[in-house]
Amino acid sequence: MSEAPLLDIRDIRTVFRTSAGEVPAVDGVSLSVAPGRTLGIVGESGCGKSVLSLSVMRLVPRPGRIASGQVLFQGRDLLALPEGEMRSVRGGAIGMIFQEPMTSLNPVHPVGWQIEEAVLAHRDVSRADARGIAIEALRRVRIPAPERRVEEYPHQLSGGMRQRVMIAMALACQPKLLIADEPTTALDVTIQAQILDLLRALQAETGMAIVLITHDLGVVAEMADEVAVMYAGKVVERGPAAAVFGDAQHPYTLGLFGSIPRLDDESDRLLAIEGTVPPPFNLPAGCRFNPRCAFADARCRETLPPLAPVGPNHIAACLRAPVEAIAA
Amino acid sequence: MLQHIVRRLLTAVPVMFGVLLIGFVLLQVVPTDPATVRAGPMATPDVIEAIRRDLGLDRPLWEQFLRYLWRLAQGDLGVSIINNVPVAQELGATIGPTLELMLASLVWSIPLGLLLGTVAAYWRGSLFDRAVMAFAVAGVSIPVFFVGLVLIWYVGFKWQLLPFTGRGGPIWTIEGLRAIALPALTLGGVFVGPIARMTRTAVLDVLSADHVRTARAKGLAERLVVLRHALRNALIPVVTLIGLQIGFLLGGAVVTETIFSWPGVGRLAVGAILSSDFPMAQGTIIVLSLGFIVINLIVDILYAVLDPRVRAS
Ligand SMILES: Nc1ncnc2c1ncn2[C@@H]1O[C@H](COP(=O)(O)OP(=O)(O)OP(=O)(O)O)[C@@H](O)[C@H]1O
Ligand code: SF4
Ligand SMILES: [Mg+2]
Repeated sequence: MSEAPLLDIRDIRTVFRTSAGEVPAVDGVSLSVAPGRTLGIVGESGCGKSVLSLSVMRLVPRPGRIASGQVLFQGRDLLALPEGEMRSVRGGAIGMIFQEPMTSLNPVHPVGWQIEEAVLAHRDVSRADARGIAIEALRRVRIPAPERRVEEYPHQLSGGMRQRVMIAMALACQPKLLIADEPTTALDVTIQAQILDLLRALQAETGMAIVLITHDLGVVAEMADEVAVMYAGKVVERGPAAAVFGDAQHPYTLGLFGSIPRLDDESDRLLAIEGTVPPPFNLPAGCRFNPRCAFADARCRETLPPLAPVGPNHIAACLRAPVEAIAA
Repeated sequence: MLQHIVRRLLTAVPVMFGVLLIGFVLLQVVPTDPATVRAGPMATPDVIEAIRRDLGLDRPLWEQFLRYLWRLAQGDLGVSIINNVPVAQELGATIGPTLELMLASLVWSIPLGLLLGTVAAYWRGSLFDRAVMAFAVAGVSIPVFFVGLVLIWYVGFKWQLLPFTGRGGPIWTIEGLRAIALPALTLGGVFVGPIARMTRTAVLDVLSADHVRTARAKGLAERLVVLRHALRNALIPVVTLIGLQIGFLLGGAVVTETIFSWPGVGRLAVGAILSSDFPMAQGTIIVLSLGFIVINLIVDILYAVLDPRVRAS
């Protein structure tokens, strides 16, 4: 954390307009990633991971909007950039890949063309050069016979191949940061491992930073240097991967670990969490986790806990942290 | 791709046969007797009987149909009962103007409909969107002949801006263009609304698709996102829907030709039916049905051109 962060998200709040007024999907999140490092963001479905990543790209769909906060990227606040400059950041300095490789590519254009389009949007090169760059990009993501593949349409490729194409597209302009929103969730386990290996190898080659969003703790454990755990639009625990994994302090984080099925150790199941993430239009008072929290007491139903240090570079938002004292 | 076209052509054959059969049967059940019409009001029953034999109308129906097919195969569509002109010759002279009218109508109404629909979808809920939709609903509910009559009354008759009867000459001449303006405005006008509405729905659908988000995430300008990734994909359902409107287009052409005295197949058909000109009516029905089949084929091919997934299967 000594190095100046590449991406520094400060107190960002993204709201959706609904019949019940504006509700926060992301509520005061602060995170940062250093160059060349990987930040893992974990949390259950609906906790605001995708909305957060789209907020960084300023691609929050209507009726959503970023209500406040800053997204400092290389020291510049992306939220304050004119749209034209923001466009050159998207796909230029920041690449992004999505969960759904089946639908994230346009079915009516050849995959090579779709990569070329990204290249031409950012670099002053000829069509022929763009084609060369696209082939090179496909080769980099280990797609065999890229000269032929560029002509193919997405429906001719498997899910894993399509996700490789997405990665090739996101990396075609050599971004400093890659945001990967559940890049492997839709893929089967073998392919998933291949894609993660690929991302790691590409990170080593290019020195890019990665924000890896997932609800799979195994993936975070394997990839991340830093981990942030999100719950109901907020970061509830954050710290170096070793600290969060080895010394989780927030009951929700502990619950997530507990919900990894462990056949060998029955006791871990005790902490598995019941229920689901409350939707942004129906948040409980006090700690947002209190209806599901095994440690909740009266205070938790009134006070929203702030993030507070629980170890070196390690923070958690729990009124009763450190919890191992209670859990033990 | 070629395979796709050939397969389509083959499926058109039985359809065409059915059309011929229906056209034939339809004119059998019309209560007018072509022999009587041809003989004129003063003819004696003997003369009528002779003409009937002459035309082969005394033969059994199936034989008449087979003979009819045989003659068709030789390009002989018979002779007009009214003026003895060969049907094929009349059709040959009227197909050109009809194609001309359809082209002149679609060449502006399809692009305009696509543009209005796309812009309306992009700014959904805006004043522009609501105006386009109101216009589209009006376009669907106002019949072709009404639009035509209003244009004739104001632009043609009251203000004397443009001619409103007949064809003024080849389309590349000033007179030709002036003469086709009102008919093309009429026939095309009724399509702008429906196309705009279909486009709006399709574009709205595509705009929320994942691949549009990808297009934005790679830093494309909005104009390109909309053109290449929203409208381009929306064309697939829009073309399908336009294909379903072919009957409407042909019907509209018949009405438009009739009210503007446009010398096309549609007007010929109406005239032939009104005057019980049996062979001529049959000929026009064949041509209009053929037109239907050909346009369908074009739509099918277009569909395959637009959608690589269709091409592959
Ligand atoms: N278009 C939208 N309109 C209204 N609310 C939305 C919209 N998109 C997201 N939300 C709200 O934002 C919350 C967070 O959604 P988000 O997609 O960020 O969750 P996520 O953590 O990415 O979940 P998942 O693991 O399922 O991808 C959701 O609970 C949802 O209610
Ligand atoms: S603040 Fe209370 S309810 Fe919230 S996580 Fe801590 S113990 Fe549970
Ligand atoms: Mg998500």
